[in-house]
Amino acid sequence: MHGPGDFELSRRGVLIGGAASVAATAAPVAEAAPEQAGSAGAGTPVMAKVGFKVNGKPHALELDTRTTLLDALREHLLLGGTKKGCDHGQCGACTVIVDGRRINSCLSLAVMHEGDSITTVEGLGTPEKLHPMQAAFVKHDGYQCGYCTPGQICSAVAVLDEIRAGIPSHVTGDIAGKPAMSADEIRERMSGNICRCGAYSNIIEAIGEVAARRKA
Amino acid sequence: MKAFSYERAHSPAEAAAIVGRTQGARFIAGGTNLLDLMKLQIETPTHLVDVNHLGLDKIEATPEGGLRIGALVRNTDLAADRRVRKDYALLSRALVAGASGQLRNKATTAGNLLQRTRCPYFYDTNQPCNKRKPGSGCAAIGGINRSLAVIGASDACIATHPSDMAVAMRTLDAVVETVRADGATRAIPIAEFHTLPGDTPNVENSLAAGELITAVTLPRPIGGTHIYHKVRDRASYAFALVSVGAILQKDGTGRVAFGGVAPRPWRIEAAEAALAQGAKAAAALAFAGAKPTEQNKFKLVLAERTLAAAIAEARA
Amino acid sequence: MKFDKPAGTNPIDQLKVVGKPTPRIDGPLKTSGTAPYAYEQRDTPNAAYGYILGSAIAKGRITGMALGDAKAAPGVLAIVTAENAGKLGKGNFNTAKLLGGPDIEHYHQAIALVVAESFEQARAAASLIRVDYARDKGSFDLAAAKASAPLAKENGAETKVGDFAGAFAAAPVQLDATYTTPDHAHAMMEPHASIAAWNGDQLDLWTSNQMIAWSVADMAKTLGMPKEKIRMRSPFVGGGFGGKLFIRADVLLAALGAKAANRAVKVALPRPFIFNNTTHRPATIQRIRLGATRDGKLTAIGHESWSGDLPNGGPEGATAQTKLLYAGANRMTGLHLAVLDLPEGNAMRAPGEAPGLMALEVAMDELAEKLGIDPVDLRVINDTQVDPENPSRPYSQRQLNACLKIGADKFGWAKRARPGKVRDGRWLVGMGVAAAFRNNLVMKSAARVRLNAQGVVTVETDMTDIGTGTYTIVAQTAAEMLGVPLDKVVVKLGDSSFPVSAGSGGQWGANSATAGVYAACAKLREAVAQKLGVNSADAVFAGGKVKSGKRAVPLGEAAKNGEIVAEDAMEYGDLTKKYQQSTFGAHFVEVGVDAATAEIRIRRMLAVCAAGRILNPVSARSQVIGAMTMGAGAALMEELAVDKRFGFFVNHDLAGYEVPVHADMPHQEVIFLDETDPMSSPMKAKGVGELGICGVGAAVANAIYNATGVRVRDYPVTLDKLLEGMPEYA
Repeated sequence: MHGPGDFELSRRGVLIGGAASVAATAAPVAEAAPEQAGSAGAGTPVMAKVGFKVNGKPHALELDTRTTLLDALREHLLLGGTKKGCDHGQCGACTVIVDGRRINSCLSLAVMHEGDSITTVEGLGTPEKLHPMQAAFVKHDGYQCGYCTPGQICSAVAVLDEIRAGIPSHVTGDIAGKPAMSADEIRERMSGNICRCGAYSNIIEAIGEVAARRKA
Repeated sequence: MKAFSYERAHSPAEAAAIVGRTQGARFIAGGTNLLDLMKLQIETPTHLVDVNHLGLDKIEATPEGGLRIGALVRNTDLAADRRVRKDYALLSRALVAGASGQLRNKATTAGNLLQRTRCPYFYDTNQPCNKRKPGSGCAAIGGINRSLAVIGASDACIATHPSDMAVAMRTLDAVVETVRADGATRAIPIAEFHTLPGDTPNVENSLAAGELITAVTLPRPIGGTHIYHKVRDRASYAFALVSVGAILQKDGTGRVAFGGVAPRPWRIEAAEAALAQGAKAAAALAFAGAKPTEQNKFKLVLAERTLAAAIAEARA
Repeated sequence: MKFDKPAGTNPIDQLKVVGKPTPRIDGPLKTSGTAPYAYEQRDTPNAAYGYILGSAIAKGRITGMALGDAKAAPGVLAIVTAENAGKLGKGNFNTAKLLGGPDIEHYHQAIALVVAESFEQARAAASLIRVDYARDKGSFDLAAAKASAPLAKENGAETKVGDFAGAFAAAPVQLDATYTTPDHAHAMMEPHASIAAWNGDQLDLWTSNQMIAWSVADMAKTLGMPKEKIRMRSPFVGGGFGGKLFIRADVLLAALGAKAANRAVKVALPRPFIFNNTTHRPATIQRIRLGATRDGKLTAIGHESWSGDLPNGGPEGATAQTKLLYAGANRMTGLHLAVLDLPEGNAMRAPGEAPGLMALEVAMDELAEKLGIDPVDLRVINDTQVDPENPSRPYSQRQLNACLKIGADKFGWAKRARPGKVRDGRWLVGMGVAAAFRNNLVMKSAARVRLNAQGVVTVETDMTDIGTGTYTIVAQTAAEMLGVPLDKVVVKLGDSSFPVSAGSGGQWGANSATAGVYAACAKLREAVAQKLGVNSADAVFAGGKVKSGKRAVPLGEAAKNGEIVAEDAMEYGDLTKKYQQSTFGAHFVEVGVDAATAEIRIRRMLAVCAAGRILNPVSARSQVIGAMTMGAGAALMEELAVDKRFGFFVNHDLAGYEVPVHADMPHQEVIFLDETDPMSSPMKAKGVGELGICGVGAAVANAIYNATGVRVRDYPVTLDKLLEGMPEYA
């Protein structure tokens, strides 16, 4: 027989309460009685409530605990801008900004985001009113197929903030000093966003233009 | 991914107690490694205890003049901490050499220590792997193993530990603080934290069931030039083929640990004693008894040359 | 419209819109996350989720499959296997079956689809299927199979001109070297993904596909149904590179799953599954023999290549460019094909030329060194303006020498030193050059153009935009032809209800698809002229008006009583037979190699391209820099690692299969020579999407040699292969 894992599961159903609550501290936890596992170890899905803001709008969801933040955005909130490129934290297409920090939404459970504020590419700008970073990507042709683009743009916005905040990177010469707003710094920090079309050179031009504009 | 229940713990002791008494329970912090493995059913927890809200996210000075790093301090925050950058630059350098900005924003100090190997056979559940499924065999031995261990491995497993941060922690003589399921706390020197595979490569560290890392402490800074030199095929967002974490003093003495070469950060005190004689002598002692494969024997040459570059950099 | 004579002056030559640097018209959608890719279309809100189970063995048979646990799992609606799917055919473009069982042809061949209410449920249930296999011995090792690999059956697998053996033996300077390239993955960022919905016997498909008409036909053939009953839509494609030329398991199993579950079903291939389940560029072993006079004239050119594929598969045509690139009276090429039981080999960006030039252009570098001639000069010396295998066929355009000379000048090639002599801090620095060459293919392509009373022009064609910039160049073409601004043109692509286009492949898309739009627009101009009662021959379409003599009427006026629709195709005569049509370029690369660790980093890149009229310099540049990036990956890191015992690609995810990241790529320069090729189409354009990858890997490898003095002939050129030859470091 081939097939992963032969685990017999026993299950405890647990709900996190207070979906309407947006408190960032630990949400109250209510333990439900243990429930039977589904037949043959398949496991009955455990549902949990979670509330968070996406692009400024509060959402209350009841989700299978297995649902990633990425799938909650794409399949439940129908925000398809955040892309699934690898689902394993190896490409960056799913990058969103949570409470001001960029993360891979594929490697984060939706239920762990109670009370969080999430910004996706749709929250940065719209086709009619693009965010300066989005407009710079259009101007510099910083994309081709467009699939990695939302992740690149979310990352780029956060990268400029990270450099301004003085967070060091692998290419920062003096690790104790202030990192430079340079192409090398941007390249290194953007390296978690793969573009197989190979638009890198143009993407750096786009980000560089926004960086320079904001510096001025 | 198997179905699982989920709860947020309220205190470290409570979290440890829950995981200790619940079959199939696991802690989840950043989730960047655990969720990856759960999607492939390499990890199959049935209950997740979220430890993100336990107040373990602070970096504090210790009375001994060192630092106490909360287990939940994110890699980004640890790398950016002013004290770390000044006194433990090796740690900052190692952190920013790893993963990507997005991952470092989520990944935690404790989770980084507990990262599992990137051996491709470990990652493919159709393949035998003693680490994933004890007793099933090792497909990497005799298979594709360019990235795998040259020393410290066994006939059961040649996986490497993938962490950059852990190499720095090893060089810095960090201490891992934990709370156990029964509420007792203990401090584990980093040298005793990661275990070698032997016949049980599924066991990777000295934590007991339900034992939760609460902090990692660093002793007083020792000065010196801090170098983390990570060698990889691609310029970023890749695991180390070889890395060197070194603290070198003006008199030529120092400390060094290697990453990418062994099942745990590889530090040999005898090799350090030979540092003043140069990279060749130190590397020879560090890698005495190495058993590389045809594909990864280059790591021995590479480790020596990378150490030589680090020594040259420290002198410059 | 038939194109069988060289193009004369036509409305495109005005270059009011065509040829102007034009930001993509789909840019605002892509950058705001509102461009709908296959998995994101919302026409089927009730779609269930499918998850595919792949074979755990590479070759053999399924002896038992227990579905009970999976069927009983929560949320499961249906399970599709070869046993219950009914009779299935196989598409013309597929080598292995898309749904395997009981026979298994390759690792991760799809063997089941689980359909469930949620993605999480489908994924969990798929792991509950228990499969027993009987494993057969397979052939997985190209080097081992090489000795017994016969010549491929393809036309042109073997070519001979003059007396190669005699000339090579007699040549005063000889090179005989063997090079290897590994298996490569397309690794496009959007996984193969599809949604299928049945409406009675009508099948609606939303998928990610480069070639709509091929794929509709192959779906029909596989399902045994009329292709008229299938509608396929693929308006946005998140990268293809040849990996989405054909239907794959996602679209077939979505259709089968939708039938079984009586629901719309969406299926995306999980990333770790893509590398072994879908196609890849096959590995090659290439032997190149070059004989030359002491002054650098090639007298003998021999290129043999070995690759492998599944039974009834095809070879990697790595000798293609060698037939055409350099002059030389005595020549031979041979393509050999071994049977391997690895996943299916097939086209990836510039199939043939990409790996072929990775070998040939290193061989030229090696020969230049033996001759003591500059590698730029050696290529210039051996230029040919005719097909060297058939000298009666001239090139329609061939500006390779100009590319080389201009590039050398811009790049500072004159500063190149002898190997291992330039040091910049910790870096050993070197420069490399290679020629770029890729044939220009033309394909029949149709379009439909609609004009409404507001003067808005809508173009419909099943052509796809896979990142190439099709939306924009199609709009530019229609705008130029009909004299309207770009914002008066609407472009609709990737729908099988539209006229059949050339599709996206073989870098034929830009020229061929816009030529089809040209034909439709020419027809629309006739119709408009007729409606307005003017003579089409002297009507001028400009500024949103039709002018004839002193009369100037708004274009929309022609459609005031109803939309005007015109449809036509561009078809091609024998100009491609009379003239050799190719695209050319020269790549210049500077690398640094760490003197201690032998880590390789690219410092500068320049490509000079001669590829006919450049329709949109913005997207054309992007095509070239992207291809250069992929070629850099092939040179430095990309390799599907074959487990020769179990027969699969081991590094089957994006952490294991490394492709270049931002930090690997410097700023890239691209120069397009001002060129038009009237033999190619009325657009006078050719392709650039593949030219950029052709030769660039060799330029990187040659630069590494120049930096270090270590010649590596086995790609990728990684530091472990350099270390042995590097000078001692202390």
